[in-house]
Amino acid sequence: MSDHHSHEETGGTTSPYAARIRAIEALLLEKGVLTEPEVQDSISYMEARSPANGAKLVARAWVDPDFKKVLLSDGKAAASQLGMDPEHPAEFIVVENTPELHNLIVCTLCSCYPRAILGRPPDWYKSFAYRSRAVREPRSVMREFGFAPPEDVEVVVHDSTADVRYMVLPMRPPGTEDLSEEELATLVTRDSLVGAGVPRSSVRVG
Amino acid sequence: MTFEAGERVRVLPSGKPGHVRTPAYLKGKVGWVESLIGAFPNPEELAYGHSGLPERPLYKVGFRQIDLWDSYTGPTEDYLYADIYEHWLEPERGTT
Repeated sequence: MSDHHSHEETGGTTSPYAARIRAIEALLLEKGVLTEPEVQDSISYMEARSPANGAKLVARAWVDPDFKKVLLSDGKAAASQLGMDPEHPAEFIVVENTPELHNLIVCTLCSCYPRAILGRPPDWYKSFAYRSRAVREPRSVMREFGFAPPEDVEVVVHDSTADVRYMVLPMRPPGTEDLSEEELATLVTRDSLVGAGVPRSSVRVG
Repeated sequence: MTFEAGERVRVLPSGKPGHVRTPAYLKGKVGWVESLIGAFPNPEELAYGHSGLPERPLYKVGFRQIDLWDSYTGPTEDYLYADIYEHWLEPERGTT
């Protein structure tokens, strides 16, 4: 990475919002509220986190019942066991999908998301449409994602309104008994960690 | 006021201005305390540069979807959980 980080590689850089952010950043630097290394550290922090972390946690839980117990009772301890740094003032709680129950995560008030583990949330997670509809018509929202839990499966929505960040432990797809832990991790999609979908059922080639 | 798991509660219908973490769609609604999550500095004060102390108990509160939305079309056994601070809850003594 160069000394001067570039905003140009991400989309929307000509929008008024991007211009405003650059102006605020420049002011904060100029007034000494932030230093350039602090900005860089913050960017590195977010870039070091991705849904791949969630996929690792899920795959380990699928193959190791003891780890699964830790993941469901103390999410941060489980993340630490796999070498992740889950430090964040908020709690990290993992909720389990079962044949009887499907979880869906939303933050109606803003866009709370387990960033310390998964990095930045997807854009749709922050949209007004998702935030307003996930709580009142979760089944329609999931159908639009291509996934429809049967009527006899309870749909449980978690609105992360305060100091908890939630992640879903999806069910292991059937027919994956012969896959390695690493292969299993490739089945776990970002959407399935929010509950807006389920894992892929087979390993993608290439 | 401390709540036990399983206790029926109503979310206060308060229109408190400023930064609050209780979403409008839950105000006045009845649910139950699922569990105590822990105690955290009060975000309503943290937001304005105060310490947020003393810490406030935060509960995981459950609701039936059909109790939240008149138009809910899914099964009766669909639920919503939200994290609600203790000072937003009152005991619900009514019967259903």
